[in-house]
Amino acid sequence: MKIAVCVKHVPEGSSRIDPGSKRLDRSGEGALNHFDANALEEALRLKADSETEVVAVSLGPAKAADSLRKALAMGADRALLVSDDAAAGSDLVATSKLLAKALERESADLILFGQQASDSDGAVLWAAVAERLRRPVVSQAAELSLHDGTLKVKRQTEFGYDVIEAALPAVVAVSDAINEPRYPSLKGIMGAKKKPFDTLSLDDLGVDTAEAGEAGSKTEVLALSDPPSRGDALKIEDDGGAAQAIVDFLAEKRLL
Amino acid sequence: MAVHASDYPPPFVASQFVAEPTDPVDERIEVGVLIVGAGPAGLACAIRLGQLLEEHPEVADRLGDVPVAVVEKGKQPGSHLVSGAVINPRAFHRLFKGRYRLEDLPSYGPVHGEAVYVLARRNSLRIPPPPTMRNHGNWIFSLSQLARWLAERAEEGGAMILPETSAVTLLVSHGRVVGIRTGDKGRGRDGEPMGNYEPGADLVAKVTVLAEGTQGHLTGVALDRFGLGGSEPQVWELGVKEVWRVPRPLRSVVHTMGWPLRTRARYREFGGSFIYPMGDEMLTIGMVVGLDYRDVELSPHDLLQELKTHPKIAKLLQGGERIGWGAKTIPSGGFHALPQRLHAPGLLLCGDGVGMVNVPRLKGIHYAIESGRLAAESAFASLQRGATPATSLASYDAAVRESFIYRDLEEVRDMRQVFGRGFFVGGALASAMTVSKGRLEIGKLRAEPDAEQPLIRTGRAATYPAADGKLTFDKLSSVFLSGNKTRDDQPSHIRVAQKVHRDVADLWVHMCPAQVYEVGPSDGDETVTVQVSPSNCVQCGAITAKGGRLTPPEGGSGPEYTLT
Amino acid sequence: MRVLVFLEHHGAELQKGSLGVLAKAATLSDADVAAVLVGGGVSALAAEAGSNGAGTVYVAEDDSLEPPLPQPRVDVLARVVRDGGYETVLFANSVLAADVAAGLAARLEAGLNWDLVDIESRNGALVGKRPALQDSILVEVGWKAEPRLALFRAGSFDLPQGTGATPRIENVPVELEDFSQSAKVVSQEQEESSGPSIEDADIIVAGGRGLGAPESFTLAEELARALGGAVGATRAVVDAGWYPYAAQIGQTGKVVSPKLYVALGISGAIQHKVGMQSSNVIVAINKDPNAPIFEFSDLGVVGDVHEVVPKLTELVKQRKSA
Repeated sequence: MKIAVCVKHVPEGSSRIDPGSKRLDRSGEGALNHFDANALEEALRLKADSETEVVAVSLGPAKAADSLRKALAMGADRALLVSDDAAAGSDLVATSKLLAKALERESADLILFGQQASDSDGAVLWAAVAERLRRPVVSQAAELSLHDGTLKVKRQTEFGYDVIEAALPAVVAVSDAINEPRYPSLKGIMGAKKKPFDTLSLDDLGVDTAEAGEAGSKTEVLALSDPPSRGDALKIEDDGGAAQAIVDFLAEKRLL
Repeated sequence: MAVHASDYPPPFVASQFVAEPTDPVDERIEVGVLIVGAGPAGLACAIRLGQLLEEHPEVADRLGDVPVAVVEKGKQPGSHLVSGAVINPRAFHRLFKGRYRLEDLPSYGPVHGEAVYVLARRNSLRIPPPPTMRNHGNWIFSLSQLARWLAERAEEGGAMILPETSAVTLLVSHGRVVGIRTGDKGRGRDGEPMGNYEPGADLVAKVTVLAEGTQGHLTGVALDRFGLGGSEPQVWELGVKEVWRVPRPLRSVVHTMGWPLRTRARYREFGGSFIYPMGDEMLTIGMVVGLDYRDVELSPHDLLQELKTHPKIAKLLQGGERIGWGAKTIPSGGFHALPQRLHAPGLLLCGDGVGMVNVPRLKGIHYAIESGRLAAESAFASLQRGATPATSLASYDAAVRESFIYRDLEEVRDMRQVFGRGFFVGGALASAMTVSKGRLEIGKLRAEPDAEQPLIRTGRAATYPAADGKLTFDKLSSVFLSGNKTRDDQPSHIRVAQKVHRDVADLWVHMCPAQVYEVGPSDGDETVTVQVSPSNCVQCGAITAKGGRLTPPEGGSGPEYTLT
Repeated sequence: MRVLVFLEHHGAELQKGSLGVLAKAATLSDADVAAVLVGGGVSALAAEAGSNGAGTVYVAEDDSLEPPLPQPRVDVLARVVRDGGYETVLFANSVLAADVAAGLAARLEAGLNWDLVDIESRNGALVGKRPALQDSILVEVGWKAEPRLALFRAGSFDLPQGTGATPRIENVPVELEDFSQSAKVVSQEQEESSGPSIEDADIIVAGGRGLGAPESFTLAEELARALGGAVGATRAVVDAGWYPYAAQIGQTGKVVSPKLYVALGISGAIQHKVGMQSSNVIVAINKDPNAPIFEFSDLGVVGDVHEVVPKLTELVKQRKSA
């Protein structure tokens, strides 16, 4: 069985948006999106039970190799990086297209994602990728098991849990409640350097540059501004009446 | 009865960090040369080894899959490095031998001008730079950035760099250092293994080089184990600095003395500040204070904040924005505090870890690099066919003795101690010593360990400026700016006595730039409980100088410095 | 502008979030607003959709569509968008809606902007607004082509007043892709409300060192219970062992953005602030008038938590039972 795990290399530390390009400044240090570590961990747990290959896949700049190496250090067998300058600034439509093309080549039985990307707060990529691959998708997986080619997922919703079954091949986005990601062992870190690592360009994927990056995107960033201030902050001293003042305030805001 | 921090020794026994390897032989990780610390010393060692192994593939072949490994407890090389830094380039020339020019390194250019001021609260007096403070020919760097660049060169030369890996135990077998054991990961607050617990591993090597920097954990353990202590105890200074984006470039390298430090000998406040340009758009400003100070309310972080309110300095920073902060100790015992030997069977010691710092010149990085380079040569020699490891490793000591490291440190050997007598007296004597190139013997002045200084109280804390969030900042927001995101529920890595005299508790509270210590409930008498928040710790090492002991936390913890 | 709003329901109730989006849609200039309902027995909800602003309500009704799976909904919406010529499709964020919106974006090769808190027409184009970088910055986003898909942050809009108009109802013939039918819901568990978890809670009452002692956490617990919220804690009190790590909010704990955050005895150090600064409304009670938390709270009370909170809890209970 083959499991592909999609990982993202996200900026770390205090992020800023570059006022020129209006995109997130990715020039500083980055790290493996910690939500993707949950997906990797889940793949590695499934791997422990059978003959399975775990491939870590990422779409990003050359630096994303660092996160892929961390994935290899945790135990992934192989890494695939899709990197091309023309892909920078891709929106959901373009990103999902490129990722789907890369995943098609892999023909994995199960594709895993983390529950969101910490840099865009987006929780949307897997559904778009699943659509392109024409595979069933289940998100917010708090528990995952495989049985004879069928996937069983306990999916967390606002109301409780749904237990969902789907036949493989399938796409699953795991919630961060599903597991505690392992630390790579020293042996793992050292062994990672020897594991297969492939890099593909848009050309290798057979994708035209017009379909990627800003050219291939259907959304755009128009402007940046300071958020509206909280408005007039009220500050009062308690003289016995503060509790009532709070209740009135909450009622006015329709929170009570 | 005077109170001293040393009255309350920490629960720390160095010998507990020395052990035989315990992993089964086939599970031990074997490397050729193991270097602990990806700072300038460790990386210079790795780079030089890479050069030598390239020239001698037959030696490389016998070192296995990983001829050179560098373990680093920070997130990546540079994450735990803080310095000014104005670096003397001579060590780069010797290391790279023309392969890289100075311009290829990530610097902020050569020093263009120099200014030294003696400050008073509202004015300043410019004085000609004392002979020890002339920086012509030196270049300005961010040490953190430099380390990242050096790490890339080391990897290109074949070294394997292993970040987020702490070296906790020194592996000694039959009296010989055979490697280190790395730290565990995934333990809970009380030490219990959690769901993702990953035990440390035995990393064994033919030669181990400790380049851990100031307060190096295993360096301290090794000095104890092999009885290598110097004739004087080591003493330290604490440096706290910030990086600022500024609208108007600073053109000169600036040093100040005097205010806000007090000059009378009873306070024993030795130190000063530095302000270095970082290109046209940034500068770095830092305060350095000897940890032999006596006032329990002295706070180096707050002294830095106070310094910035001086009209001349506030003007430099006006319209600017603070973008970085960091703190770290600097060993300042100099020549007399160097270990009597820098090697032991299977072991070599480099850099700040053994105190190779020229305090009057505020320079140590070029010594670190040179010592790393010399360690590489001795380590390499010991790996040759037919070599006697003991003799080869001893050659490192001889090489250091013949190098500019030794020469420079000997020249300024008594200068630091002299300042203990007060700034004005000290200044005159120090100048006299420099002019005489160290030949002026003023008699050996015994240095006392920082923790043995008697403590006094003067109400100093009342004069620190309140944090305004624009020019002056509190400790917690500074810790945040250091990038520190340490996992909270791991075991505490700080060893301190729990119940101490109120003066000692206050000493730690003010000393620590990261607000790790707080005064807890009192026991009625003058004793209080100390509350510790270890996840704030930026591993500056001050606590080790003043009565406690810092040990390495879980690998990857601590600050993530980038511009310091 | 023809706007389609995805209305979500749970059981026999339309979800407030999507009704809010419907109301917003109705305010967009020249908007011809329609809603779509997918599920079992949803035609009963069509009238309510109409009275909340939908001129047309598309109904895809079948018991087999009731399980909250996204892909059949993508099939339905894609058809409605194509047949009805809708160039704008709006969603209120939920676990289900996010998957539907993203799947639809890929199906239609349409731009999707998410985490929006507002949208407006500007010179004939639509401009969305979303916070970014832990709400420290506001970004304006747009679409370069049609259809335009937008996913709004939960609770962005107030509930509509209700115009009382009867909508035109159109039944949508349902044709599902093979892969849309692969996933099946085998069972469902409603969560017993032992109080919401911190991450999902709309209301959080958090305690800090200013509470004074671990026993005082009952103050926070009782207020949370009265308000129907969850209890959080700062790193300082978790470090001191007063409350479990699972409740820790902050840089190294959980990051939350509830509708209401009540901070009791919390100073507001930045390590805590980054864990809760994007809360809609922040109320802080602290003895220290200079506590940094007052700089970013909507209502700051300088007072003793031991005096204010018990009274507050009592008043809240009274008000709720009234």
